[in-house]
Amino acid sequence: MKNNLSRRNFLSQGCSGVSAVWVSAHFPALLSAAKHARESAQSAAPKLAFFTPEQAVEIDAITSRIIPTDGTPGAHEAGVVYFIDQALTTFAVDDQPHYREGLADLAARTKELFPSIDKFSAATPEQQDEILGSFDEKMPAQRRPNRPRPGGQNFFETVRSHTIIAFLLDPDSGGDPSGTGWKILGRERSHMFQPPFGYYDQHYAGWQAVPAATDKAKS
Amino acid sequence: MRADLAKYKTSDEVDFVIVGSGAAGGIMAKELSTNGFRVVVLEQGPYLTEADFGHNEVKILAQDFLTNHPKLQPNTFRKTPEEKAKPQRAVVYGRLVGGTSVHFTANFWRLHEIDFIERSKIGPVAGTTLTDWPITYADLEPYYTKVEWEIGVSGLAGASPFDPPRSKPYPMPPLPTKGSGVLFEQAARKLGWHAFPAPMAILSQPRAGRSACINCGFCLAFGCEVGAKSSSLAAAIPVAEKTGRCEIRPNSYVHRIEMDANGRATGAVYFDENRNVHLQKAKAVVICANGAETPRLLLLSASKQFPNGLANSSGYVGKNLMLNGGGISFGVFEHPVNDYKGFAVSRILHDFYENDPQKLGFYGGGGIDARYDLTPIGFAMGALPPGSPRWGKGYKDLLAHNFQRTFEVFSHTTSLPVENNSFSLDPDVKDAWGLPALRMTYRDHPDDLKFARWLNDHGLQLLDAAGAQKKWSFPIDEQQFAVHLLGTCRMGNDPKTSVINKDHRTHDVKNLFLCDGSSMVTSGRGQPTMTIEALAFRAADRITDLAKRNEIA
Repeated sequence: MKNNLSRRNFLSQGCSGVSAVWVSAHFPALLSAAKHARESAQSAAPKLAFFTPEQAVEIDAITSRIIPTDGTPGAHEAGVVYFIDQALTTFAVDDQPHYREGLADLAARTKELFPSIDKFSAATPEQQDEILGSFDEKMPAQRRPNRPRPGGQNFFETVRSHTIIAFLLDPDSGGDPSGTGWKILGRERSHMFQPPFGYYDQHYAGWQAVPAATDKAKS
Repeated sequence: MRADLAKYKTSDEVDFVIVGSGAAGGIMAKELSTNGFRVVVLEQGPYLTEADFGHNEVKILAQDFLTNHPKLQPNTFRKTPEEKAKPQRAVVYGRLVGGTSVHFTANFWRLHEIDFIERSKIGPVAGTTLTDWPITYADLEPYYTKVEWEIGVSGLAGASPFDPPRSKPYPMPPLPTKGSGVLFEQAARKLGWHAFPAPMAILSQPRAGRSACINCGFCLAFGCEVGAKSSSLAAAIPVAEKTGRCEIRPNSYVHRIEMDANGRATGAVYFDENRNVHLQKAKAVVICANGAETPRLLLLSASKQFPNGLANSSGYVGKNLMLNGGGISFGVFEHPVNDYKGFAVSRILHDFYENDPQKLGFYGGGGIDARYDLTPIGFAMGALPPGSPRWGKGYKDLLAHNFQRTFEVFSHTTSLPVENNSFSLDPDVKDAWGLPALRMTYRDHPDDLKFARWLNDHGLQLLDAAGAQKKWSFPIDEQQFAVHLLGTCRMGNDPKTSVINKDHRTHDVKNLFLCDGSSMVTSGRGQPTMTIEALAFRAADRITDLAKRNEIA
């Protein structure tokens, strides 16, 4: 994004990691993706629409490093992998090759950085962070495996965008119905508020003109 | 209720066909139909209702549910006329009944007296076509008041010492003061500046059958599901339809103004939603399609008679594009501000509206507001401080800490009119209907960038004075992306250097009128919609007068 000047630019392109593929032409499928995510997360034998069970484990492992589970729930608990899985067979169907190639790339990077480990999900969290960090352009070159990227956008950036969207999409408008992401943000799950809204406006006495004695504008 | 709606055949010669139903078109429809005329409004987008609006960020922001779609209607961009333009999203506008007024932030500043006469006051500015308006603030004042009372604007008259004169107070008190507004006001006072309640086109009280704002927190870019935002959809179109004389025809993409051999407009040619072509006949045509699509439509209507485009004897159709500029600074505070609740802006200041270019070293003026206009996904994607972790525990912790504690200080600034800055037809790229794509050529005047940086520094000073624990700004670079679409068919007395006269009639075609952001001669200080709507009220008065005196057809 070359022009950072404008908020409008930022807003309209804020989801740009997703715009080409993630949100192509099948929007209503978002709702069913979220529903699928919940049902799958809650059921003993998750149903997968696109990923193989093995691939799903890898994607779940990636999303769990992007928004980890610590003292509070993360991407795993929000069923992010199932949201992405469903998306890839509906409105983000164009992104399937991107994920296929990206998963292969991830496996290759894992092997290159840690030859004794056969898949990303088997690595320790620290190793996983290093593997994911290898997608980052700013990483020191000697630790960055040099291989072509799948498609235009960095695979990790794509998964990162998808993870954030799946985690924070309005739980009442197609997002994770448990509202896990909004709880983490501290965003109250309501669509109607009354002032005071926060700490600073709770004792506000109301607008008053600048006293004439100190007013430069009038002088 | 729907049964009473007007319905015209395309072969019926109605009094007016209006192209576009946004800020200007909606008011034009309301005024002309109320004044007794038979009106058809052709809107390229769908007719959505409050029930269709929601808070899904992906659908709204990334899927263009309410806006022009870059795949269907691609744009191209270049900085100068010497370059070949490249495909790039350059313009966003509301593409639905109600237009951009449905999804805007609803900041409703009037222009000040200086905006109309600045060229006379400061002299020429090199590299620009800066000129005075053919009308003054006093000419427009009654119509600003009309907007406030008939469309619905909340605010506090007399609160800013820099405000221009007004004939009436606001019809409603200001919206509640957000935490960002409290901090902004306290900081301004420390600095000797004058924060005041932001005038907003959002209802603070129920009015005309519409709800007051419920502070849902999804405002900028979203449609209001309770009708509190004073869009044309909520405030003007229903009045127009109620006359029984106005038909709103959605999914109607106008691509040519039909002319007869005498140089008179006979109607508008459009694609319906099945891409069948129709001609809606009318005695006169009013184009309110916005500052990008209005000049594009005139250029698309080129013919043997009008080889350079319709109403373009001046060569100024599409030229002198102004976008407004500005800067965005973020601050993080100790306690929860919770600015995600509510509309975007509750305090602004106009201390730097008018400046002396001699003292400053460059031209420019502007205003500053305190706001929060981010959605949860938007926040997580782009509103953490530079250098923050982008994933992992550090990222999650920062989201949890900052989301409630962050707000923005947004400075809004002038754009100078530069002839090369323009909308035109791309020679190669076509839209999904096979029409030439909109091409934008734009490079900020150096003074615009200097002033935007200067004012943004004042925004950062405010955040310091407000006690921000951390603060930062987006870099201010040359703009390549347009939302405010201004000046591209400017108003003027001289047919050689303007496209419309002060009645909004094109100099070249007697029964063709234009009214929207394209009519503006200068950019104001960043919040043009109030002026676009006041111009529409005034233009409708002028057009009604002319029609009643049989001076149009």
